[in-house]
Amino acid sequence: MNQYQLIKLAKRVGLYALIAVVMVYAIFPFYYAVITSLKPSSELFRVDFWLSSLDFGNYVQIFTQKSFVRAIFNSIIISLSVVLIALLLGITASYALGRVRFRGRTTVMLVILGVSMFPQVAVLSGLFEVIRALNLYNNPGGLILSYTIFTLPFTVWVLTTFMRQLPMELEEAAIMDGATPWVTITKVFLPLMWPAMATTGLLAFIAAWNEFLFALTFTLTDDQRTVPVAIALISGGSQHELPWGPIMAASVTVTVPLVILVMIFQRRIVSGLTAGAVKG
Amino acid sequence: MASVTLEKLNKVFGHTHIIKDVDLTVADGEFVVFVGPSGCGKSTLLRLIAGLESITDGDLKIADGVVNDLPPRERGVGMVFQSYALYPHMTVYENMAFGLKLAKMANETVDDRVMATARILQLEELLHRKPKELSGGQRQRVAMGRAMAREPRILLFDEPLSNLDASLRVQMRNEIARLHHRLGSTMIYVTHDQVEAMTLADKIVVLRAGRIEQVGSPQTLYQQPATRFVAGFIGSPTMNFMPAQLLSSDGEGCKVKAPGLGELALPQDASGESRGADLTLGVRPEHLRLAEAQGDNAFEIVNVEYLGNEVYVYLEPKAGDTLLIHRSEAPSRWDIGQRVALVPELEHVHLFDVEDRALGLAKQRQAA
Repeated sequence: MNQYQLIKLAKRVGLYALIAVVMVYAIFPFYYAVITSLKPSSELFRVDFWLSSLDFGNYVQIFTQKSFVRAIFNSIIISLSVVLIALLLGITASYALGRVRFRGRTTVMLVILGVSMFPQVAVLSGLFEVIRALNLYNNPGGLILSYTIFTLPFTVWVLTTFMRQLPMELEEAAIMDGATPWVTITKVFLPLMWPAMATTGLLAFIAAWNEFLFALTFTLTDDQRTVPVAIALISGGSQHELPWGPIMAASVTVTVPLVILVMIFQRRIVSGLTAGAVKG
Repeated sequence: MASVTLEKLNKVFGHTHIIKDVDLTVADGEFVVFVGPSGCGKSTLLRLIAGLESITDGDLKIADGVVNDLPPRERGVGMVFQSYALYPHMTVYENMAFGLKLAKMANETVDDRVMATARILQLEELLHRKPKELSGGQRQRVAMGRAMAREPRILLFDEPLSNLDASLRVQMRNEIARLHHRLGSTMIYVTHDQVEAMTLADKIVVLRAGRIEQVGSPQTLYQQPATRFVAGFIGSPTMNFMPAQLLSSDGEGCKVKAPGLGELALPQDASGESRGADLTLGVRPEHLRLAEAQGDNAFEIVNVEYLGNEVYVYLEPKAGDTLLIHRSEAPSRWDIGQRVALVPELEHVHLFDVEDRALGLAKQRQAA
C-alpha cells in the first residue's frame, strides 16, 4: 500500500468517524429515552447502553391514564386544525402577495416577517387577554388561534416564494381558458404546490405538536391539555419522586409519529425548501 | 372567426407609454404578424387584444363589437404562449379539455371537440401523456390545440417558435401556415424573427417604440419600405445604407452623389427636398454588384462568407462603421483584400430623407 492510498484510506476513516460522532450526538438522547422507557422502575438508575430488558409496564401505565390518551387526542385535533387553517390562509395569502400587484405588497411581506420575530414570551400576556376576551380560555380554539399566529408568517413566506416561481404564463393560460382566480389556485396551482405545502404543513404540525408554553398557559383542566404539558405534569408516587419511566415512555410515544411523518415527507421537505434554487 | 379593429389604442404602464395611438384593421381570416425589435410593444399589443392587459385609451372591436371591458373568455380569443404554459399535472387531453369544462360544456361535446382538435394536430397518440413526456414540437402542438379546442374567433400566437431549435422551427412554421390555410381562421402572430413574419403573414405590421411603422404585405414591405427602419428590419442580410447628397431633381427623378459611388441618377421624386440635402441611399445586398476597381471609387473587401449556395462579401464602408454587404450566387471570384467598385442596380435603390422616410418614385407620382 503506497502513501497515496494510505491518505485516501485515512480520509475515508476520518469521514465516517465524523459521521458517527454527529449521529451519536444527535440520536443518543432519543435512543437513551427509548431504552429507559423499556426498563422496569427498579432498574431505572442503572446505566445501560444497550437494551437490557423489554418491559412495557411504563407504556401500559401511561395508556391506562385517561388524561394522557385525552391529551394525545387534543394534540392531534389542534395540530391538524393548525395545519389546515395555516395552509388555507397561506395559499390564498400567497396568491395575493405573489401574484396580485398592489401598493404596499412589500410592506405587508415585511410586517409578516416582523411578526414572526417576536418571542413567544413577549406576546404571552397580551395573547392571554385576547383569548380571555374571545372566551377561548381552556379551549382547543385558544391554542389553535395562538399556534396559527406563529405558524402563518413562515407558511406565507415559503408559499409566496414558491408561488412567485410558478410561471406567469401558466396563470395567463388559465385566464385565457376562462378560469377565475379561485379555479386557478385550486385546479392549476395547488397540484403544483404539493412539495411546498407538504413542507410548510409538516413544519406547522411539528411546531403545534411540540409547543409547551402556550399550551401550559392557556389550559387549565386535564381534559384540555396537550401532550407536552401532559408529559410535564406526569407525577410520581410522592412529590420527591420523578417518574422517569412513564415520562420516557410518553415522550417516545409522541415522538414516533413525528419521526414517521418526517421520514415519509423528507424528500418533499428538501425539494420544498430548495424549490426554485435551480431552474428545473 | 371574426375581424379585429384597433382604434387609437393606447397603453400606459405607470409613466411609460407603451402603445401609442395604434390604428389597425385585421380582416376576417387574415394572418397578421406583428414584428419589431424587443421592447417595441408588439407583445403588449397582443396581450391587449387577448384581454390580459387593460386598455388605457381607444377602442378594440372584435366583429364590430367593442370588447374593451370583456374578460378574455368572453372575447372569443385563444392564445398560444411562448413557453407553451401547459398545465404540467394534466395529460394532453385534460389540457385541451380544461377550458371546455370550465365553460360547463356537456361531456360529449368536450370529448368531440378535443378529439376533433387532436385529429387536426395529429395528437391522437399523445392524448394520455403528460407534458413532460413530450418533445418541444409536440408541446407546441398541444399548446395550439388547447387554444383551438374552444373554437375561438381569433387565435393569438406570442412568439410561439422561439423556444424551438432551428430545424424544428422551420417545420412548425410550415405546420402553422398549413393550419391557417386549412382552418381559415383569423390569426395574429407576434415574432421578432423577420423570416417568420415574411413566410407566414398575409399582412405584416412593423412596430417601433409603440407605434406602427408600416403595414403591408411581405412583398410591399420588402420592395417598398416606407421608412429606413422598415427597410433595415426586413430582409436578411440587412439593407446597406450609405449617405448621399442631392444634386438636382426633375420630373424624371433625381441625381445624388454618394461617397465611393459617384453620381447616380435615381427614379425617386426628390422635388420636396432642397438641393444639397442629406439623404440616405439604401441598397439590398443582392442589388449591389461588384466590379473591378477604377480610380478612387474603390471599396476594400474585408471578409467573404461562403454559404454553399451563395456568398456574402463584406466591404469597408466610406462612412460609419457598419460593413457593406454584397450577396451573389456561389462561387464568387472575389477575395479578401481586393479593392472593388460598387455598382447599385438603380431601379432597386431606395432613397430616404433626413427624417428617414422613403421617397416615392417620380413616375408613379405622375401616373397618380
